[in-house]
Amino acid sequence: MIEGFINNLPMITILVHAAIPLTIILVYALVAIWGERKIAGFIQDRLGPMRVGGWHGWAQSIADLLKLIQKEDILPKDASRFLFRFAPFMMFAASYAAFAVIPFSSSYIGSNINIGVFYLLAVTSVLTLSVIMAGWASNNKWSLLGGMRSAAQMVSYEVPTIATVLTVIVVSGSLNLMTVTEMQSGNDILGFLPNWFIFQNPFLIVAFIIFFISILAESHRVPFDLPESESELVAGYQTEYSGMRWAMFMLAEYADMLLLSLLGAVLFFGGWNSPFGEFMGGPAWGFFWFMLKGLLLVFVMMWIRWTLPRYRVDQLMHICWSILIPLSFINLVLVALWEVIFN
Amino acid sequence: MLNTVKEGWTTFKSIFTGMGVTMRHLFGPSVTLQYPDEKMELPKGARAKLYVNIDDCIGCNLCARACPVNCIDIETVAATSDVDLGKTSTGNPKRFWLTRFNIDMAKCMYCDLCVYPCPTDCIYMVPEYEYSEFDRSGLVYHFSNLKPEMVAEVKEKAEKEAAEKKRQKEEMMRKKAEEKKRKELEKQKLEANKSIKEDDSSSKPENNDS
Repeated sequence: MIEGFINNLPMITILVHAAIPLTIILVYALVAIWGERKIAGFIQDRLGPMRVGGWHGWAQSIADLLKLIQKEDILPKDASRFLFRFAPFMMFAASYAAFAVIPFSSSYIGSNINIGVFYLLAVTSVLTLSVIMAGWASNNKWSLLGGMRSAAQMVSYEVPTIATVLTVIVVSGSLNLMTVTEMQSGNDILGFLPNWFIFQNPFLIVAFIIFFISILAESHRVPFDLPESESELVAGYQTEYSGMRWAMFMLAEYADMLLLSLLGAVLFFGGWNSPFGEFMGGPAWGFFWFMLKGLLLVFVMMWIRWTLPRYRVDQLMHICWSILIPLSFINLVLVALWEVIFN
Repeated sequence: MLNTVKEGWTTFKSIFTGMGVTMRHLFGPSVTLQYPDEKMELPKGARAKLYVNIDDCIGCNLCARACPVNCIDIETVAATSDVDLGKTSTGNPKRFWLTRFNIDMAKCMYCDLCVYPCPTDCIYMVPEYEYSEFDRSGLVYHFSNLKPEMVAEVKEKAEKEAAEKKRQKEEMMRKKAEEKKRKELEKQKLEANKSIKEDDSSSKPENNDS
């Protein structure tokens, strides 16, 4: 169906096709920022935003956005003008581009390419570059420190992320996320459990835990939010940004969170597959289930954020290099052995 | 190796304990009060704002004297004899017009010392705390319910009566003085008469002699 459209009206269809993830990201960002503040409030026995828009302050993010639009676009005197202006957009572009290979539903995927996961991991590594770019261009020592920390962190944690993704690829045998999702259809495990990878293999549970810790670090969430640690680095690489440029960072950060959560949902929780087999299946329900799984992981990220304190830089590196990376590689071998023996 | 496993175990255990706590609070009740919509009830005896029940005030000035920062400003005018200001709810007779009763809440230090001396319990703290102002003069509260023209009338009347009284008093004094004078005169006269009589009696023989 979609192929036919592309043949008839190429430009418009491609634009519409490309705009779908953008719409999802924007709506999600508005809801998630409000949701995060609400969750933070409830966890701290407060109420969170309550006044804007009437019902439980639902319009708070919209009001914030309007405020940010009105703000002055400040450019530091000694900043590198082009890089400073370019960094936030590059960061968002990197997150947004990665959504192209996410299968939102059985009938919608931005680009059904065979190297989907590889493309996704390659594109998200541009995020590191944009964070360093922002930190360097600001010409501010805190920003630069934040940028450097971020680079070290993201480069380090990319290793366990890729290793755990690789364990799933070992099981699925495909880099195409649509194929990976389709492989997880059906409810055959123990007679009722869905065929999701997390249930297929005990070592994939370990893989998921490592993956989840790594994506926390990759999307700069607490307890690994060193690049922007407010108490030490003011706001890290975001310090000199204001108004909409800062909002782009915020949006990219939330988009990155969603992207990695959705990747986790595809790789371990069956993507758009319904947990009840055929019941509540189909493209529309598929989208619902997929977003539900992704948002659930996002919720866990927020939950962790309001529970744990921040790690030190050396602890962060220790966790990555001396625990997660060896563990993920051992796990990769074990998963491969399991596959060879049982399948 | 064993140490790392142990460490990992404690880490996960503490993380899940912490997440359990936050989850409990996530669904627990909130302590927030939606302030302008709902307000906390102040405890009994809260000192928030001074209030004067001017109908009960007898103008005794005790509160103003008790105030350590002089934030109470009272001006009274004695009631003329033709008006009866009635009694307070506690039964004390009112004898003064309260032409001015101002409390400057900007100066007030909420010590509550003015409340206890009041014989009619008409000055007290009320649990009202939302009275911020843009100008400091807005914090001066006027409790006197007399109208300005009434104040002028009352003052004039009181002055007249005072003058009248003074005049009467002076008159009395004068009368008294006159009386005294008269009495003294009479006394003198009497004494004079006496002496005349005595003279008479003494001169009689002289007269007789002559």
